[in-house]
Parts: sequence; structure tokens; C-alpha cells
Amino acid sequence: MTAEDTSTMSRTWYEIVLECLKNNNVRVVTYVPDKVLTPLINAIHADPFFDAFSTTREEEALGIVCGAWMAGTRATILMQTSGFATLPNALASLAQAYQIPVLMFISERGTMGEFNVGQALVCRTMRPILQASGIEHHTLSRLDEVEFITDRTIKQAFQTQESAALILSPLLTGGKVKKG
Amino acid sequence: MVQQADTSAGNQMSRYDVTSALVSRLGETDAVIGGIGNTNFDLCTVQDRGLNFYMLGSMGLAIPIALGVAIAQPNRRVIALEGDGSILMQLGVFGTVAKRGQANLGMIIMDNGVYQITGSQPTVTSSATDIAGVARACGIAHTATVTSVEEFGERLDGFLTLGQPWVIVARIDRSAARGETERRPIKIRDKFMKALTETA
Repeated sequence: MTAEDTSTMSRTWYEIVLECLKNNNVRVVTYVPDKVLTPLINAIHADPFFDAFSTTREEEALGIVCGAWMAGTRATILMQTSGFATLPNALASLAQAYQIPVLMFISERGTMGEFNVGQALVCRTMRPILQASGIEHHTLSRLDEVEFITDRTIKQAFQTQESAALILSPLLTGGKVKKG
Repeated sequence: MVQQADTSAGNQMSRYDVTSALVSRLGETDAVIGGIGNTNFDLCTVQDRGLNFYMLGSMGLAIPIALGVAIAQPNRRVIALEGDGSILMQLGVFGTVAKRGQANLGMIIMDNGVYQITGSQPTVTSSATDIAGVARACGIAHTATVTSVEEFGERLDGFLTLGQPWVIVARIDRSAARGETERRPIKIRDKFMKALTETA
């Protein structure tokens, strides 16, 4: 193991994601909260580099991200699986039609120990929607891959002006489980 | 069950005249985000400014887009124009704007009480729902509902220099829009971004 590998392994997934956002100058962070995202949301709020705030719907966040980008500021949306499922119209008719890069982090609910069948059913729509929409997406499941995939996906989104989604798997985050 | 009477059928002023009164008061660096359909059709027809952005879909997102521009460029005044049917899809954004106290953002709702472009089916503002009241309850302190162009101009003059977010609901009639916008999104986007850069 190299020194670089050691430093990667000693950091949590959310510390790495936060650093990738900073390194790529993504300053505005919008979110509709999720239990799994809480440590990332807390770390972002604690860092004065970011302007972070919650919105009432994911669509609202998407509009804000598009406006900010056109005005020269990079922004992102944090959400959970069910929130992503509310976005296809806004993604197609705003982000994709106008070629505005919308960077999304989606905490994956509905699989690997889900206790709520509603989440499980919504989860099965997520990748097919991303696929059908032609949106670049990757699943973050291994800590040693988080930095590379996140950094490269952010760069590609802004350089190509195409939206991208990073799915945070329970394999990485631990997910949300109910005892019993 | 008794349905409430339509309170918007007697509205007197046109969207075009309200939009003209707005555009005549804009400064050279003010950005305007026009919501889908008739709202941005009349905005474009009154004056196709470089700092106008026209939505083609994403119903309800004019205020969120305007908020994003306002956050990115806090020294620029940004105004969102939205229809009643559109804002009813995204009422929560008033709370987000209020929470942030977004000083450089104003919001104008063109309220004719109907989904005019789809065949004038009534919206809930024609009978039961008061958009300015919703905005106030969401925490927007400065709101007005106006029924004449003169009143619109007076309230706008007061609000434009406030340095706090505001909402004006213009109770407009159901006259048709006088034109249409460009339909190529990339062209709309590029023109808007170029104007934002040139007037930064």
C-alpha cells in the first residue's frame, strides 16, 4: 500500500466527497435531507467554503442549481432515492434541454436491508430512469474508489456540460437499517 | 358541496401592460426569469432583453432558477415572473427564499385564475387560494396584491429598493399573450449567460 492509499483509507466517505466538491469549486450545496447523508450535510455546513441550505423539494433544488451555474457558480444537490424519482421532468426539460450540468448525489435507499417497501419499489426505478435519460451515473460502493470516481465525475459534468449522478450505496455508507 | 365563486373573472389589467410597467422600471443589470407559457411570451414581446431567461418546460421553477442566479451574483437584482398555475406547483420555494432572506430577489405572480394555455380551466386562486397570503405565511414580509397597472407600478417602485425579498401578485385578465419566445433552449441559455457575463 502506498502513502497515498493510506491517506485515502484513513478518511471517511463523506470527508472525501467534501474535499472533491471543494477541489472542484462546487460552492453551493442544496439538499433535501436523508439520514445517511447527515454526516456529509453536517460537515458541509461546518465548512465556511460552502453556501449550504435545504430546499422543500428536489425540483426546487434543481432550479437553483441551474440558475447558479448560468450565473457562474457551481452547485450540487444531495437527496435520497425517492427524491430523485421526482426529477425526470425537470432534468429533461431544463437541465438537459438547456445543456446545464446538474451534479447529483443520491443516497441509495430501498436495497440491501430496506425495511420500507415503498423505498424498495422506488429504488428499482432509479437506474432505469438515469439510463433512459442518458445521464452519466456511477455507484460509489468502495471507500478506495470514492475519490477517483467523485473527482472525475464532477470534472466531466462541468467540462462537458452534462448532468451526472453519483449513487451512494449502502455498501459504502452503511445505509439505514431497522433491527430485527 | 358548495364551490366558491370565481373571483378573478372581472380582473381589468392585461399581463402585457403589467409586464411593460415592469420592464420600463428595470435597470441595465437586472435579470428576469420568465416562467413557461404566456408569462414569458409577454415578457419576450415587451422587450427581448439579453438578461431575460425563458423557460420551455420545468413548470414551477422560475423562482428557483432566479434564486440560483441571485445566490451566484448577490450584487445583481433578479426578478422571477411566474404564473398562478406554475407557482401553485412550487409554493415551498417562498419558504426557502424567506429563510435565506435573499435580498436581491423579487417575485411577480401573474394571476389570472386559470390555466389559460391549456384551455382556461380554473386554478384554485380563482376561488379559494390567496398567493400573497401563502407567501406571507411562508415568511415573505413584503407582499402586495394589485388590481391596476398604476397600483402595480407604485408597489414595485417601493419594493425594488427594499433590499429584501418581495412578492407582488398581479390580478390580470385573460387576454391572450401577444407573441411567443424563441424555442431553442441553447440559444436562450447562451444569450442569457453572455448578458450575465457582460454586465457582471
